[in-house]
This record gives sequence, C-alpha cells and structure tokens, in this order.
Amino acid sequence: MTEQDKIRQEIKSFITELFLMGDENECPGDSDSFMKEGVIDSTGVLELVAFIEDKYGFSVEDDEMTPANLDSIDNLVIFISGKLG
Amino acid sequence: MKFNKDSLKIDAGRVAGELAQSVRKQIRGDLKKAGAVIGISGGLDSSVVVALCAKTLGPERVVGIMMPEEDSSPDSQTLAQDLADRLGIKTVLENITPGLEGMECYRRRDEAIKRVFPEYDSTYKNKITIPTNILEKETFNFFNLTIERPSGEKKTKRMPPSAYLQIVAASNLKQRLRMTTLYYHAEKRNYAVVGTANKDEHEQGFFVKYGDGGADLKPIAHLFKMQVFQLAEELAVGSDIIGRVPTTDTYSAGSTQEEFFFGLDFYRMDMLWHAMENKVSPAEAAAVLDLTPQQVERGYANIQRKIDATEYLRLYPLEIE
Repeated sequence: MTEQDKIRQEIKSFITELFLMGDENECPGDSDSFMKEGVIDSTGVLELVAFIEDKYGFSVEDDEMTPANLDSIDNLVIFISGKLG
Repeated sequence: MKFNKDSLKIDAGRVAGELAQSVRKQIRGDLKKAGAVIGISGGLDSSVVVALCAKTLGPERVVGIMMPEEDSSPDSQTLAQDLADRLGIKTVLENITPGLEGMECYRRRDEAIKRVFPEYDSTYKNKITIPTNILEKETFNFFNLTIERPSGEKKTKRMPPSAYLQIVAASNLKQRLRMTTLYYHAEKRNYAVVGTANKDEHEQGFFVKYGDGGADLKPIAHLFKMQVFQLAEELAVGSDIIGRVPTTDTYSAGSTQEEFFFGLDFYRMDMLWHAMENKVSPAEAAAVLDLTPQQVERGYANIQRKIDATEYLRLYPLEIE
C-alpha cells in the first residue's frame, strides 16, 4: 500500500464513521464534492480539519480552507500528501 | 428578466399596504388572536414589523417586548423605546440576564472560549466571525473566535468544532429564552407572536430554531434586506434605526451580521441572490454589479451552500409516514 493509498483509506474511514454513521455504502466517490453531495456542512469542515491536524500533525492555514484542498477525497489526498511531502 | 441596479426596488407604499392587510387577516382570521407581541431591538427588521403591526392593528393592540441581556448594546433599548413611543404602542422591559445565568448560558459559553484562549475572563469581550472575502476566493465558511481585552487588544483564532458548537449552543439560549418570554406575553393577552426575520435570515438560516425562528407569523420573511430598508423609509422608523449597522446583538464585541454570517454586504448579496434566483448568467450579473463572472459564480455558490446547509432549520419535526 502506498502512502497515498493509506491516507485515502484513513480519510474514508473518518468520513464514514463521523458523517455517515458507519455506513460504508454511503461513502462518496473519490472525486465527488462533499458539499454538493451533502456529506458535510460548515461544521463538518471544522471536524474534518481538526481530524487532519490531529492525525497528520500539521496546521491547516486559513487560506488553505478551500474546496480545492478539502472538498473531495481526491483533493484531500493530494493536499495532505503535499503537506507531508 | 432584465437584471439591473434597480431590480430590488419595490413600490414601498403599495407593499406596506399589502403586508398590513395580510398581517391583519392572518392575526384575526387565521390565528384568531386579538393583537401582536413583537420582540423589539431597535434593529431594522423588528422596527419595520412593529410599525406595520401598529399601522394595521392600531397601536393599542401591539406590545413591544425589549429583552436585553448583559451582552446587548445599550443602544438597542434606547432606539426600541424611542420608536415605540412614536408609534404609541405599549412596551415591556424584560431583562433576561438572570434567566440566562440560571441556565448557565454565560458559564457554558466561557468554558468553551477558555479552551481556545485560556487567558479569557469576564473582563474580555468576544465575537465569532467568518471569512468576508467570499467573492475573492472560493472558501469554506469556517468560524473564527475573537477576544478583546479591556485595553482593546484583540486576538483571533479558528475554532475547533467542539468549542464552536458549545459557544453557539450556549449563545442560542438567548434567542430561545426571548422566544419563551414573547409567548408568555402573547398568551396572557391572547395575542400572536410576530417574527421579524427577513428573507436573508430566513432562507440562509441566520436564525435559531425555536428561538427567534419561533413565531406565529413572519410577515417580512419573503423580503430581501434591501427591500426592508425601503419599507423602513416608507414607514418612517427613523434615520437612527435605518443607519444602524446590523449586528447579531448576541456577542459582546459587537459582531456585525456581515462578519458573523453573510460574509458579504447586503447590496451585493441580495443582488447576487436575486440574479441567481432568476437564472441571470454570471456574465450579465457581473456587468451590472461591477464584478467578474468568476466572483458572481463564487457568490452564487456561497449563498446556495448556506441555503442547503440550513434546510433542517426550516423543517417541522419529522414524522413517520
């Protein structure tokens, strides 16, 4: 398993547990927009960022709080691996 | 639809007349009540609603309830009382601070603030803000907490979700206690509670469910804030009220509605929203509003996200069918 695969799996587990009551079948596709799919709202974004900061040990700056970084599993994988890279 | 700078202009005299008729019909005919109770804060929306009610029901059938608490601006009560005196309505002053202390509103809020800023104490002021550059950059609506020392020195930090949720839950006790107080005064007179939310607040979810959202009728919930301003001129609520910057009047450091929730000034927000509702292309809206099509698209997306995210606030309790 590559580092990116591991991050992808961790994100999916977090989203499934926190926002989908553990129902894996409801997990959005890798490129689906969380906001458009109604998976998370603005409070959910705070939860997501808190998870990332805690899990991966870096701070998400205010100007990084963008859909391009956070609004899909694919975007998150690229953002997190870039920060860790 | 031809979209232009005057698209939100209304015939305020005609609209005020129609609203007055509807309010009278709803209170007498639909609700079978004998008058109106309104929470008055000296803000634009409650001033317009109380003036409408006084006009259509007669001032003797309208009661304005002023409900300050320790974080309220002193201006709120002065402006509300001045307007009530001009309209000739009765007022009741209910200081809700002791009730909120009993519910531990302030202690619960301060406990959460201290998790973000351990140095915070009761001498500080506080407020919550969101990004206000929503047209410049596609951004999520995340929440910052600002504390202000008595010296004026400020500190701002993005909040973790647990602190944000607790501060909002504690602060929402204010609106819910106000709703309870309004219903006390309404029920003892067999009056209706008249809500004061405008379209911006109602449809984007800037209200507290079963708090200021709890009312028997909401006569201006279909009107943009820019249209409420026009009604305020028509109803002559006074330049002090019309010129006042709309705030939450909930956070001690004086959070404006723009920085707390909408992220945009009322003119551009209402015009963008009106354009979006009428399917005006981003290019056409941009030309009228001196924006770029990309900025218009960001504005459309931000407004739609708020409408979608707050849908649950406008739902009645769900039942099993």
